[in-house]
Amino acid sequence: MERKTPLYEIHCAAGGRMTPFAGWLLPVQYGSGVISEHMAVRRQAGLFDVSHMGEFILQGLDALSCLNRLMTNDFTNMYIGQARYTAMCGEGGGVIDDLVVCRLGETLYLMVVNAANREKDAAHIRSHLAGDCRFSDRSDDIALLALQGPAAPAILKILAREEDIPSRYYSLSVRVPAAGLETIISRTGYTGELGYELFCAAADAPALWHAVMEAGAAEGILPCGLGARDTLRLEAAMPLYGHEMEESVSPLEAGLGFAVKLEKPDFIGKDALLAGSPPARTRIGLAVTGRGIVREGCTVCREGRPIGQTTSGTHSPLLGKGIAMALVSAGSCAVGDAVEAEVRGRQIAMEVVPLPFYKRP
Amino acid sequence: MNTPKELKYAKSHEWVRFLDDSTALIGVTDYAQDALGDLVFINLPEVGDMVVSGEVFTDVESVKAVSDVYCPVTGQVAEVNEELLDNPALINEDPYGAWLIKVTGITDTEELLDADAYEKRCAEEEG
Repeated sequence: MERKTPLYEIHCAAGGRMTPFAGWLLPVQYGSGVISEHMAVRRQAGLFDVSHMGEFILQGLDALSCLNRLMTNDFTNMYIGQARYTAMCGEGGGVIDDLVVCRLGETLYLMVVNAANREKDAAHIRSHLAGDCRFSDRSDDIALLALQGPAAPAILKILAREEDIPSRYYSLSVRVPAAGLETIISRTGYTGELGYELFCAAADAPALWHAVMEAGAAEGILPCGLGARDTLRLEAAMPLYGHEMEESVSPLEAGLGFAVKLEKPDFIGKDALLAGSPPARTRIGLAVTGRGIVREGCTVCREGRPIGQTTSGTHSPLLGKGIAMALVSAGSCAVGDAVEAEVRGRQIAMEVVPLPFYKRP
Repeated sequence: MNTPKELKYAKSHEWVRFLDDSTALIGVTDYAQDALGDLVFINLPEVGDMVVSGEVFTDVESVKAVSDVYCPVTGQVAEVNEELLDNPALINEDPYGAWLIKVTGITDTEELLDADAYEKRCAEEEG
């Protein structure tokens, strides 16, 4: 039985097509459709309910050292009010999850994890706690709304004080009022667009949702579902757990080397990652040059020989063509190469292109 | 949901507009286009191809997924609506105007429903 976020009734009333996702019932789209929602985020603004995401708190004098041991990124020089993307690996170097770590206070950290991995992550983290370090899973108490798009700052200014709106990418304001409710405002997102994520108490989520929709009405804000979330993150070449990475894929293969600090003192998976560097596989971008859409799990061939598999693929509403990411043998192809993907028994012509497919102007 | 009375419907969500006893236009229903979402690609058979009742004759692709389209009649493809190749969104905008293929020499048909029976069936699928 799927769970419902605090905004379930609001989605239904707004015409959301509810679908099971990672154990939750969430809107895949609303009445206006995936393409309209996608373009609203690229041109104006969109509002997403991402309350299914898991939120963990780690607190104590040894919280930093625990994080640095559990995660591939380094949090030593992170300031209070900063967020940082990281992978969390097993001893074998495979990705257990990818997540964002936020420093909320001197010894207080918030982790935002994938809904499908919440229990697995909590068990893994708990089993590696040491010293003065208290862990709690606060996912059920916290709701998360993502306000994304070029109009997001103007909309948020109606609801929050200017000094509480974080101006730097991957920074946040802790315990600040928005629409009269206590929130964390984080300048993060999963769309490749300027935007914010608003954390609030689960009970406050409906009021915050309505306030944002009302404030954004003049800007043409649309509620957006999982469909647009996927097309937006794909255009921005942002990886999705279970697609670009999983426990059999290393963060280096998945193109997350920027979040892996091999020079850092010992962390879980470091030896395996060092042994597997440079990686044998690499993540590439592909654009369809023929007709059709190449989705995940398609074999990619160059000059007739298989070089890897697509990990995600969709129709790009912005580019008007099929785009995909693939995990392929390192060195098997280069940007500009023609390749083919097998889709339902047909070969679809593609070209290797640089990532991301879309970069905010 | 729009379900014109003058058309016949297959359980697999295609409509049939008979032009005479052995010639018909085939398309996908309003219910189907709504469930599929924004259509971005369509493949069509070639003129002259044989199509068989109850078998897949093409597929349509939305942002979300690819879906087979079944042929409700057996016959030969006389025309394809090439306009859809460049603009599959016409199916979303006007599902009963945006025919996919014209079939001639129809020798057999699927068990076809009238508008009321088809609407009832869709309501059942909604649960």
